[in-house]
Amino acid sequence: MDAVIATALRFGDNAMVLGQRLGRWVSRSPTIELDVGFANQALDLIGQANLFYELAGRLEGKGRSADDLAFLRGADEYYNVQLVEQPNGDFAQTVMRQVLYAAYADIVFDFMAKGSNDDLAAIAAKGQKEMAYHFRHAGEWVIRLGDGTEESHARSQKALDFLWPWSHELFAYDAVDEKMVRQDVLPDAETIKKQWMESLGEVFERAGLIINEDGWQPGGGREGVHSEHLSYLLTEMQVLPRTYPGTQW
Amino acid sequence: MDSKQLEAFDSHVAGEGKVEPKDWMPDNYRQTLIRQISQHAHSEIIGMQPEGNWISRAPSLRRKMILLAKVQDEAGHGLYLYSAAETLGVSRGEMDQALLSGKAKYSSIFNYPTLTWADAVAIGWLVDGAAITNQIPLCRCSYGPYARAMVRVCKEEAFHQRQGFEGMMALAKGTSEQKAMAQGALDRWWWPSIAMFGPPDDDSPHSAQSMAWKIKRFSNDELRQKFIDMAVIQAQALGLEIPDPDLKLNEETGHWQTGPIDWDEFWAVVKGKGPCNRQRMTHRRKAHDEGAWVREAAMAFANKQQQKSEKAAA
Amino acid sequence: MSQDQTEQEWPLFEVFIRSKQGVSHVHAGSLHAADARMALENARDVYTRRNEGCSLWVVPSAAVTASSPEEKGAFFEPSESKIYRHPTFYDVPDDVECL
Ligand SMILES: [Fe+2]
Ligand SMILES: [Fe+2]
Repeated sequence: MDAVIATALRFGDNAMVLGQRLGRWVSRSPTIELDVGFANQALDLIGQANLFYELAGRLEGKGRSADDLAFLRGADEYYNVQLVEQPNGDFAQTVMRQVLYAAYADIVFDFMAKGSNDDLAAIAAKGQKEMAYHFRHAGEWVIRLGDGTEESHARSQKALDFLWPWSHELFAYDAVDEKMVRQDVLPDAETIKKQWMESLGEVFERAGLIINEDGWQPGGGREGVHSEHLSYLLTEMQVLPRTYPGTQW
Repeated sequence: MDSKQLEAFDSHVAGEGKVEPKDWMPDNYRQTLIRQISQHAHSEIIGMQPEGNWISRAPSLRRKMILLAKVQDEAGHGLYLYSAAETLGVSRGEMDQALLSGKAKYSSIFNYPTLTWADAVAIGWLVDGAAITNQIPLCRCSYGPYARAMVRVCKEEAFHQRQGFEGMMALAKGTSEQKAMAQGALDRWWWPSIAMFGPPDDDSPHSAQSMAWKIKRFSNDELRQKFIDMAVIQAQALGLEIPDPDLKLNEETGHWQTGPIDWDEFWAVVKGKGPCNRQRMTHRRKAHDEGAWVREAAMAFANKQQQKSEKAAA
Repeated sequence: MSQDQTEQEWPLFEVFIRSKQGVSHVHAGSLHAADARMALENARDVYTRRNEGCSLWVVPSAAVTASSPEEKGAFFEPSESKIYRHPTFYDVPDDVECL
């Protein structure tokens, strides 16, 4: 697959899956204000997915629409990192997943927006502002919970311990990514990881949380290898277009 | 109560004067508004559930975004209204408790299920359509904060009904399966939607006083008729059939007349016997209870920060 | 639900929005938040979903000192009689431009 198409699909899928996850919180959040906030973030992400998919479909030239790409691919054709498909868990786990991904996407999009591919740059420029806000919002919640009550601290540390192994995949570049680095579309893995650790380090320090590295580094999302969770997520999301093929809604 | 004060209040309001939070007002006026505004807010919040039920399964990216934005607006409406009610001296915590304990009511319509995608769409068309009919006159309510909140709400509601109608159109003009889905939804939502305006005028005890106080501008039956006239024409445009064999145009009045509304069903649902009353309340309570540790943590954090900054200042 | 008897309610904040550069912040409503930063973010999410603003203020409601309706007369009526503060008080010939 062409590297630009692959990249568009990967970031589209990251956004799609994470957006689908966040949408679930609407009407279930700890406060109504957070219902509104989660809906906003889900909308940002689904909007990004839509743009990345339109681009991928156009470049691919097989007439697949953004909806076709979202609703008619199975889990093994989804290329998101496994981090974003991890379950919502409790509120601590959701904001932790959000801070890990948003810090990363903020940095990548910032680079991509100034990068050599104009199509990706336009989407990234919009996405970067959104992800910077998600990082700020989730980061503040991680700090509040980490430095809140004993219970919220314990839940936050547990969330970090649970999610940390999946963060490695963000930086596990393959040949497609390397090509994008050479073409000045993506920053190299070392650079992002360093910046990412800096952004998060400050959050974790203020939250009083520690990173427990245990050496497990699951991955494979870029090649369509996923945890069991993704197929359930897609089954639910895709039920109508799959049940009524070729139908307009 | 000072009768002069009351007289002055009544004539101020009768002359379309507005009332603001710190102004003197009869206790009954205050209590009526607290009840009405908080019930309205609760309805917005519970109302997120039946449509929210389809967010994860919306059939296209566009529909998913529209539905998310719409349900999000309803949460916003709930918040604007809670904030308006708070200016009358009731706290958000008290209102939350009243809802969670089952003491406060919310619009009964949300105690019906959304069984298919078309139900979620039909809510936008019919329930939001009915809500707008109800809410536009409230923009001129005598109580300032409520009127202002309603101006904001009505601006946003315009998009809700339009997206609902557009969504119904896509179904009604779609495949035979989609059309059946749309008709099924209309069959399920028609009667609850027209019952949503509340009991008929001769059975509506609070109405006269609310009218005098300019909280209410039109009677339940007047509003219901407005909505029916509109919805019948829209259903015709969609090519869907309203599930009422007695429905006919009254040539004299120019209004559409429906068959008898089943008020027994209406009251049964109000009293908790609708298909989803328990489910909606369980859902709301679960969100509230599971969020308790989060709200507590945020408060603990804020208190700690405050202590820190006080120490630094000392 | 005994926990709610002890749950400390989040404080109330008043929200002010500047709709565009060049105009004042206008009161939009209120909301609850545990701290000021959260209040800003909640205000952004709740009150500016449709590009209603380019700048936000949040102020703890408890910090607002309001004049009371009983003082309305004393506060505001004196200015009603001072019509010389308003430009229409002055009779000027219609044909002088730029006035
Ligand atoms: Fe609403
Ligand atoms: Fe609505």
